[in-house]
Amino acid sequence: MLKYAAKRFLLVIPTLISVAVLVFFLVRVVPGDVIEVKLQGEFGDVTPEQVYKERLRLGLEDPIHIQFANFMVGLPQGDLGISLVTERPVMHEIGDRIGVSIELALYATLLSVLIAFPLGIGSALYRGTWFDYLIRVVTIGGLAVPSFWFGMLIIMALLATVGTLPSLDLKSIFEEPLANLYTLFWPALSVGYRYAAVIARMLRSSILEVLSEDYIRTARAKGLFERVVIVKHGLRNALLPTITVVGLEFAFLIGGLVVTEQVFNINGVGKMFVEAVQYNDLTMLQGLVLVVASSFVVINVIVDLLYAALDPRIRFKS
Amino acid sequence: MSQTIGVDSGILLDVEDLAVEFETAAGSVRAVDNVSFQVRKGEFLAVVGESGCGKSVTALSLMRLLPKQTARVSAKKIMFDGVDLNNLSEREMRSLRGQHMSMIFQEPMTSLNPVLTIGDQITEPLITHLRMDRAAADARAAELLEMVGIPDPKRRLNQYPHQFSGGMRQRAMIAIGLACEPKLIIADEPTTALDVTIQAQILELLKDISDRLGIAVVLITHNLGVVAAYADRVNVMYAARIIERGPAAAIFSAPAHPYTVGLMRSVPRLDKPRVGRLATIEGMPPNLISPPTGCRFRDRCPIADEECLNEPLSVIVVPTSDDHQVACWKRDAVTAGAKTLYGEDDPRSVELVKHGDETLLRVSGLKQYFKTTIRDGFKTHNVDIKAVDDISFIVRSGETVGLVGESGCGKTSAGRAILRLNDPSGGEVEFDGKLLDKNNIAAVRADMQVIFQDPFSSLNPRMKIGQILEEPIKVHKLRDGKQARLQRVSELLLQVGLYPYMADRYPHELSGGQRQRVGIARALALEPKLIICDEPVSALDVSVQAQIMNLLEDLQRDLGLAYVFIAHDLAVVRHISHRVIVMYLGKVMEIGNSNEIYENPKHPYTKALLDAAPIPDPEIERQRVKTILEGDIPSPLDPPAGCVFSTRCPLVTDECKTKIPLLTEHSVSHSVACINVRVAI
Repeated sequence: MLKYAAKRFLLVIPTLISVAVLVFFLVRVVPGDVIEVKLQGEFGDVTPEQVYKERLRLGLEDPIHIQFANFMVGLPQGDLGISLVTERPVMHEIGDRIGVSIELALYATLLSVLIAFPLGIGSALYRGTWFDYLIRVVTIGGLAVPSFWFGMLIIMALLATVGTLPSLDLKSIFEEPLANLYTLFWPALSVGYRYAAVIARMLRSSILEVLSEDYIRTARAKGLFERVVIVKHGLRNALLPTITVVGLEFAFLIGGLVVTEQVFNINGVGKMFVEAVQYNDLTMLQGLVLVVASSFVVINVIVDLLYAALDPRIRFKS
Repeated sequence: MSQTIGVDSGILLDVEDLAVEFETAAGSVRAVDNVSFQVRKGEFLAVVGESGCGKSVTALSLMRLLPKQTARVSAKKIMFDGVDLNNLSEREMRSLRGQHMSMIFQEPMTSLNPVLTIGDQITEPLITHLRMDRAAADARAAELLEMVGIPDPKRRLNQYPHQFSGGMRQRAMIAIGLACEPKLIIADEPTTALDVTIQAQILELLKDISDRLGIAVVLITHNLGVVAAYADRVNVMYAARIIERGPAAAIFSAPAHPYTVGLMRSVPRLDKPRVGRLATIEGMPPNLISPPTGCRFRDRCPIADEECLNEPLSVIVVPTSDDHQVACWKRDAVTAGAKTLYGEDDPRSVELVKHGDETLLRVSGLKQYFKTTIRDGFKTHNVDIKAVDDISFIVRSGETVGLVGESGCGKTSAGRAILRLNDPSGGEVEFDGKLLDKNNIAAVRADMQVIFQDPFSSLNPRMKIGQILEEPIKVHKLRDGKQARLQRVSELLLQVGLYPYMADRYPHELSGGQRQRVGIARALALEPKLIICDEPVSALDVSVQAQIMNLLEDLQRDLGLAYVFIAHDLAVVRHISHRVIVMYLGKVMEIGNSNEIYENPKHPYTKALLDAAPIPDPEIERQRVKTILEGDIPSPLDPPAGCVFSTRCPLVTDECKTKIPLLTEHSVSHSVACINVRVAI
């Protein structure tokens, strides 16, 4: 198992390197010049000469391979360059704002798993009943409704019923956990709805599939309690494909954050993304993409390890 | 007869008028129709019948394991050990399952939970029913594994099913079934998915356990040989009903139902030379959505008349024995003329079709290695799996050469390498005087065709039968113009015993036997000289199997076809082959004329293989002295050095473990690869 984990982690390195290379070139394909925009904002009219000087100062006039080399050498030291707009290190900028996004992502994941499991298991066990149909309608909704629109609906619903919105002033989770969780509940729900829907549907179909397996019949023939048959023999096997989906859908969750943070005005990396694109801040953008991609890769490693923990066939295939 | 020896005459299970109906989209199907039978304490009862006859459903309904939403079960009574199961609540039934009545299933590969250890799965019933603690349950589980013949049980308990071979998984399943020392074990086709030498091990184990512990066994099977070898009594089922039941000896010596007679006559015999063509029961079992009134076998019965329009009573005692009962109006005619019921043996067809003398196919030194990568931590290394390792033989025109062996012996790979469906790794194949290579194979393929095992998956489900048959004619430009091609398709369909109108059908509209006929027609479309038949009848029920075998013989006679007949069923191979090649782990063990191999096998593996295959005659079966091979077939990834059979051979010497035996001629047409064979004679 340890060997498997070590191997799986080693594989992360080439994946991340390829991501970095891809990101570096992709952001440079995007048209528009950050410097011009920035200088215009500060001084109004600018001459091409001023722009050139500024570009020279920020290293943007270096040949592309030098820029690339600098970028790649910086990476292992945690140096993502400096933001072209604020001129603070990208790492610090992201560090300031990533906390709330991570919290939101984990919150949404937790929330959707908590919603999805009862729904998925219930609709599989009561297949063909009104309960099943209701859940299937709800989950289809989750797939169909974009998270920002759902977020806006939530806001409107809150205004119409409670009359107020959760405070915009986000308390720290360590100091005032309840206030924090309350504030983030609605954004987490808005981005987690789709996530929950996907997990619930996957869980439903994989439970149904597993329950028709021969070994479930064996378990019943042994005279085990139905609860044991479902949970120990059924659910554990049904979890395998579900976990894969949890990992893969994490990418959509992050995509959902970008808009949801806008809608709920949360100062996380999602909002930062939008700003970086607005200002054409190349270094910031590549830093953000890299961070998001890394989190996605790490989540999938965790998924793989969970998979191995649950399925001995993977664990023992040395 | 042994059915009374050591058996308490008490009745353990008494089922009366059991019926099971399934609701389907097409209507309600009565899968079990008023079935009544008894199981005595400690006896070995076989339930025999073809697929879809209701034997598994009967068993599952007794255990109350059928899905509640779709299955409706009713019975006048199901008395089990003094209790009527009809009156038991779900809870009481659950506590009975696995404790007093347990079940072993067909597929050992899928019947164990892949994510739980074997130990966990064996201890579950112990903990649930007997409330043992963990330690006691583990100790008992180790004992059970030992009892079912799994060495090193303590270590094995912590392993997972994928670390067990098929035979060992079935042993583990038996251990689970035995855990609480039940009074009844129902074994549903427990050996159908296993190789014949492993089948013998498992059945011997079941029989031994039944005898030693006094556990009654209900064995569900389609294999008459297995019935003859192990059963005390037999229930024969057909179209949801029991049509004959009685002591095994009586059923085999004096079958009283025409279906039972047909079943017995349609299986070829391993222990006897050919007596002629196989008897066939024409047609197919009825559709249970709208079964015929009266006797359900009527449409297929050779002696049915108006009387058979009436429902036969299910308990008519045959005069010879009060324990032997049959549901047939014509029982007297059947007992009087069982031998000729399906036509007399045709003396002209005792001999196989004469083959020519010229060599059609010459295989020399054929090798088929598959590269595979083994991971060992971070290192990987490549290994060759020697699926076929240096085999040589010839096939003459119009001759049938049987290729037999257990799974993994390389028989299928050999067939594919000859056809160059896979590129062989070495050796030569010469066909019709031409040495085959990459460039000329396409031209030769028309003369060398193939029939596959699975008639379900080897026909494209989206093409009509007509299109499937027309395609090769078109590709090889054998007929000009659509009209001529369609004409040829009709001819082909008639030739294989189908009707021209079936060209408009899709494969799923045909039965398994009909689909296999289409497979044969597709091979015939190109007017080949040789057909490689890869397990052509192993997916079919015995009555259909006989039809296909006879068809293959007819085609050989009419068209002068040569066959390479690949199969694991030794009796089938004996029936159809002029010569036989026995393979084991990629090597030829023995090769010779069919009758010589079967009557005077020289190689210890051939002998063991023949010993392991049961013969459908209890008299003979119970007198046979058998050598049952121990252990599993070694992994082809790591074959034994020296003779590949050395790890299981009863005659093994030190020399065998290092020296690879060469195929040496013992008589003109009989070669054996064993250094001890002179001792073995």
